[in-house]
Amino acid sequence: MNYVIIGNSAAAVGCVEGIRSVDRDGGITVISSEPHHVYSRPLISYLIYGKTDEQRMKYRPDDFYAKNNVTPLLGRTVTKVDYAGKRVLLEDGAAVSFDKLLFATGSSPFVPPMQGLDEVEQKFSFMKLDDAKRLSAAIGPETRVLIVGAGLIGLKCAEGIRSKVKSIAVVDLAPRILPSILDETGSALMQKHIEENGVTFLLGNSVARFHPNSAELKNGGTVDFDVLVLAVGVRPNTKLAAEIGCKVGKGIVSDDRCAASLPDVYAAGDCSESLDITDNEYRVLALWPNAYLQGETAGINMAGGEKRYDKAIPMNAIGFFGLPIITAGSYRGETYVVQDGETYKMLVTRENRLKGFILIGDIARAGIYTSLIREQTPLDTVDFELLKDKPQLMAFAAPQRAVKLGGVQA
Amino acid sequence: MKRVYVNEKWCLGCHLCEYNCAFANSGETDMAKALKDKKIHPRIQIEEGESISFAVSCRHCEEPLCVKSCITGALSVQDGVIHVDQQKCVGCFTCILVCPYGAVMPGPDGHAIQKCELCLNNSAGEPACVKGCPNQAIVFEERGTE
Repeated sequence: MNYVIIGNSAAAVGCVEGIRSVDRDGGITVISSEPHHVYSRPLISYLIYGKTDEQRMKYRPDDFYAKNNVTPLLGRTVTKVDYAGKRVLLEDGAAVSFDKLLFATGSSPFVPPMQGLDEVEQKFSFMKLDDAKRLSAAIGPETRVLIVGAGLIGLKCAEGIRSKVKSIAVVDLAPRILPSILDETGSALMQKHIEENGVTFLLGNSVARFHPNSAELKNGGTVDFDVLVLAVGVRPNTKLAAEIGCKVGKGIVSDDRCAASLPDVYAAGDCSESLDITDNEYRVLALWPNAYLQGETAGINMAGGEKRYDKAIPMNAIGFFGLPIITAGSYRGETYVVQDGETYKMLVTRENRLKGFILIGDIARAGIYTSLIREQTPLDTVDFELLKDKPQLMAFAAPQRAVKLGGVQA
Repeated sequence: MKRVYVNEKWCLGCHLCEYNCAFANSGETDMAKALKDKKIHPRIQIEEGESISFAVSCRHCEEPLCVKSCITGALSVQDGVIHVDQQKCVGCFTCILVCPYGAVMPGPDGHAIQKCELCLNNSAGEPACVKGCPNQAIVFEERGTE
């Protein structure tokens, strides 16, 4: 059996480990345009800040490929999949045959057309290790930075470079920051905290026109900058899959076995959709844990095992300038809110289930909440009043606790 | 594999397990020096209710969500024990987001996480919480349930 994985990040590693939990012998080839040993992309802001280094940000040990009997083709780009011939074709003319294929192609920065952007020489995306290295080389104590995009990537970048540059301005069309994970109260709280750490926001605004070292804003005014970071959004890399006829929606369509719509083809990670059980909608959940879990599910199924990925939910653990945030699920429903300074808690319930939550500041034991969402635990079977106070196993009935802590079989 | 199991009806809520844990992981040889007048950061935590209390520490799951979700690769399974490489950990707290038991927590400096590693990585060599429990409310044994 020959397995080919296009991609070399969380979903690819999940797939390798999934395959190897079932099949010790089949050939596995991992192909990636990036020339690097598998590393953690979310750590690039920590790399610039100096909290990690290239060795420590390797996602798996140096012997990962050898130990798992994987042939890594790194720095090699797949240009086409020959589905009928069951092989992938590389830019350099090589071809690799497969019996089972995984698309773990990730996503790419989306840059909308913006007038004058071509005139800007010092412009960067912030997705990959090489982006971080280039940005790091371009900034210094006198650098003024403009970041377009007040989402997770733009703000993680701002945090990573804050102590290295003179100033940072962040512009976003949205009226508030981090809208993908926070409600309005949470956004306002985080905005204030990030502003106090020296980042300026220009929200509900956009760049009307770029000049080489300045941006004219739509609502009037001009921002001068030395370095521009574009963090508007990302798009799933679906082209290779679409070309062979795989169904593609927002991402590559895959089922709960992570199988795509064509036989022997699978998809996992940021390039694919999964069913968000909190809303019963297919979404691209471009999150590291989901990518690993999808990849693992795909790998086990590719190797003939049986595994379902049927508990997908949006979830994020992130923090800025020492203030941690943990969020999960979706926020449609009844809310329970507690705010005290920089500590914020919102729990969202609907139909006797916990559907989502936001915790800022005090994130202790948040996984107990996440688990209630993932397992769709009926809230009338637990003491929700205790859970409102804080996440705790005391909220479960004694027989359930005996399963969780006492080694009693469920 | 041997794990720490809870017999909650025997738990007195005395918190000795927390102190023994903090001492075992302090690197000190004198308990008073390690703990006196200090805020302790145990990897086992007592939950107390009106009539019941019990200790919670890492279950060392067979399908560990923390390990599978870890963005850095700092968490790994080594001979059935879930281990954290605190040098690799950047304190993103994704493991805290996913642990269904609330058994992972920020370490004392807040920059990396800590969790129970069954005292295999300190001088105690076996779970100090269990050894010091006066009422066998936590035990370290093979149950063969997994």
